[in-house]
Amino acid sequence: MQIGILKYLTMSVLSSLCLFSTLSAQAKTYEKTLRNGLKVIVQEDRRAPVIVQQIWYRAGSMDENTGTTGIAHVLEHMMFKGTKSVPMGQFSKRIAAAGGRENAFTSNDYTAYFQQLHKSKLPLAMQLESDRMRNLQLSKKEFDKELQVVMEERRMRTDDEPRALLYEQLMATVYLSHPYRNPIIGWMGDLEVLEVGDAQHWYNNWYAPNNAVLVVAGDINAEEVFALAQRYYGAIPARKIPSRKVINDPAQLGVKRMVVKAPAKLPNLLMAYHTPTLRDPEKEWKPYALQVLAGILDGNESARLNKTLVREQQLASSVGVSYDAISRGPSLFMLEGTPSEGKTVADLEAGLRTQLELLIRDGVSEEELKRVKAQVTASEVYKRDSLFYQAMQIGQLESTGLSHQAMPLMLQQLQAVTGQQVQEVAREFIKDDQLSVAVLDPQPLPKNSVAKKGAVHAR
Amino acid sequence: MRAKNLVATCSAVIFYALIFSDTALATPKIEHWQSASGVRVYFVENHDLPMLDVAVTFAAGSSFDTPEKSGLAGLTYGLLNQGVEGLNEDDISRKLADVGAQMGGTFDMDRASVSLRTLSSAAEREQSLDILARILQRPLFPENVLAREKARHISGLKEAETKPESIADKAFQRAVFGTHTYGLPSAGTIATVESIQQAEVKKFYSQHYSARTAVVAIMGDATRAEAEAIAQRLTAQLPAHVDRADLAPVTLKIVASEQRIAHPATQSHILIGAPGMARNDPDYFPLLVGNYILGGGGFVSRLMNEVREKRGMAYSVYSYFHPLREPGVFQIGLQTKKEQADEALKIVRATLSEFVEQGPTQSELLAAKQNIIGGFPLRLDSNKKIVDHLSVIGFYNLPLTYLDDFVGKIDAVTLPKIRDAFSRRVHPEQMATVIVGAPEAATTDAAVKNTSEAK
Repeated sequence: MQIGILKYLTMSVLSSLCLFSTLSAQAKTYEKTLRNGLKVIVQEDRRAPVIVQQIWYRAGSMDENTGTTGIAHVLEHMMFKGTKSVPMGQFSKRIAAAGGRENAFTSNDYTAYFQQLHKSKLPLAMQLESDRMRNLQLSKKEFDKELQVVMEERRMRTDDEPRALLYEQLMATVYLSHPYRNPIIGWMGDLEVLEVGDAQHWYNNWYAPNNAVLVVAGDINAEEVFALAQRYYGAIPARKIPSRKVINDPAQLGVKRMVVKAPAKLPNLLMAYHTPTLRDPEKEWKPYALQVLAGILDGNESARLNKTLVREQQLASSVGVSYDAISRGPSLFMLEGTPSEGKTVADLEAGLRTQLELLIRDGVSEEELKRVKAQVTASEVYKRDSLFYQAMQIGQLESTGLSHQAMPLMLQQLQAVTGQQVQEVAREFIKDDQLSVAVLDPQPLPKNSVAKKGAVHAR
Repeated sequence: MRAKNLVATCSAVIFYALIFSDTALATPKIEHWQSASGVRVYFVENHDLPMLDVAVTFAAGSSFDTPEKSGLAGLTYGLLNQGVEGLNEDDISRKLADVGAQMGGTFDMDRASVSLRTLSSAAEREQSLDILARILQRPLFPENVLAREKARHISGLKEAETKPESIADKAFQRAVFGTHTYGLPSAGTIATVESIQQAEVKKFYSQHYSARTAVVAIMGDATRAEAEAIAQRLTAQLPAHVDRADLAPVTLKIVASEQRIAHPATQSHILIGAPGMARNDPDYFPLLVGNYILGGGGFVSRLMNEVREKRGMAYSVYSYFHPLREPGVFQIGLQTKKEQADEALKIVRATLSEFVEQGPTQSELLAAKQNIIGGFPLRLDSNKKIVDHLSVIGFYNLPLTYLDDFVGKIDAVTLPKIRDAFSRRVHPEQMATVIVGAPEAATTDAAVKNTSEAK
């Protein structure tokens, strides 16, 4: 599995707002760092007799080098291929036999592995997870085979998905030198030449307790988790982690425009503006204001863009906004849309621009502001219905350089955003010179591609 | 071999005892009654979180469409919240957002279900339930909104016509269910959606959204008395019941077919299957456990092992039964690069045939039971999951003890029961196969060859 930023595009803006949430009433978290540098965070939640274990490595596709894109994700796949004491296939079998569910995901910023189990099975999950932190066995044979699986994954998720292709190509246009220009799953040309040595190198570099955060949430006592963590992970030695370069993309000097041709029926439009991410949860206010801006434009079905462009003017059959304030690298404020039949992407772009200009000129109403904040407040309560999501929030913050303890503060800051601040960030960041536009130019399918009646043949 | 099995059996017993004692306690207490409106209500009271989930489910899914008007059920469902007495569509979304309420739902062949998640504090709950009550009981289906939604719908259908997975689904549905309404495209076709008029939507609503066929599920921070009032309020003004013909039975045995449809995608999308099992099927549990072993059990299934782990031929390969009022589909699916599609198809078919002929091994059965029984608490670990269970239990008239009985039913599955169920219900020689993005060179040849064989 891999999480692309594309996913955020299709998620409602609300879910990204949720990332900022936590009430004082929330279940308590406990934190402890083992001597080898492994940070352990526990969230006690007694609602059901289950637990989730997630381990987050601070290594994602942004840590890759030219020519080996995709290796973070390939290694994620290889982590299921066995160690000396837990041979190939046994990891998944043993978790399954314990009634568990498991998987892993790779992003630009991190790689994470998880298991969901009955609370009595945490020791097993820790035994297996700690074993593969240090003892992974990589063979050329298994690596070459798994590479084929990853290429199939790439074909499925990207090569045969026109909108995913559009997004991938846009990223490579938006960023000149920042590694966010590379897809998480890797360029096909790179996948074709990856070698098992690249995976070994990656594993040696990044898979160490001092480069990881362990999150356990569920029906369990924090002290018990700390003791178990010490027992299973405590003996793994810390390692020197390679230094990470901070990469600042060269300034954009004017609007960028690009076209992707792919087999599809409808065109699609992506507009991306450079924006900052949250570094200092206390002192900064712009990332919070950008979150609220996204909510005002697209936080519910009667928010500005859907109301005017889809419902009233019928310029678009769908529109969306995304902004992610939490990441190790830079961020983008993105608008997305599909024009209605008879309308062009140029019509839609003009419509979107008009909405942005109106907001910059006239600001936002108190009512709109209150509505977005009410949704944030409610999401705070709703998120507690999902153990997995709560653990995920903690892990994401911790592996992007923020502390999960900043969550209440971040929520306060979000609630304190004023209409004027929303208008100010719109004015500051919604600028043509900071904009990249990508258009999907749909290409007709060959004629014989459509199933015809009577095309059924007995086998 | 024998000794190994003995050990395995012993540990199964111990394991079962360990898990069962825990899960038995974890089952929520379901309260059930019939409201004065006639609606059946399923309620779990839980005050851990200050929130409430409500779902109202109607027998109004796409199987209630006709071929001439396919898409009508889905359009009706989609328009419920786009304008009601006293509120236009913007009022509705604004008022819900103002109190942080979230509206969602499920639409499939059998069911049209509207769900609401709201804070349980008085003002928020009152406002969101008021809107839900109007959406369910006083929808207007405004003419201008219908026209716009039809246009959006049609543009979605046009897009779907270019996507290999959608092309495959549509052809497969049709091949599996023939003329049964389960075979209709649930989103309709461009022509049928184009033809739908407001009067037809209103009529569909008045015939399919009555209290007598509906089920209300409520989970969370409310008392029994409050839940009773909520259920009544949401359903007292529903349209009067109209008698309808029962859903036609699905023909279980189909004629084998294979469609190869060209597509420029790099991968072939392959679907294989036939009608499978119903929600109330006597073979439900043996088929469920058997399918876990065949292709339902994530990384540890036979299909996954043969296609992905051993050969690296696909990222995803699965099998599942879709249990519906009548038998829904049994489906195997995978995507693989074009050049090896035929080889992959051969492997999948061989895996399926072997499984049906020989059944699983004792250790596979043990592993499956361990996973399903041991993982039972994960099926009930959130309000969301529980309210979904309530809707299914209510809609399909499953026993109130369904969740309490679940573990025991899984444990009672044996190797002979799985073999027996699969040999009666799954016929590899009588399945529909659809390959979209079929290997180019083979496409025409295979079609010709198949035709001549049929002669």
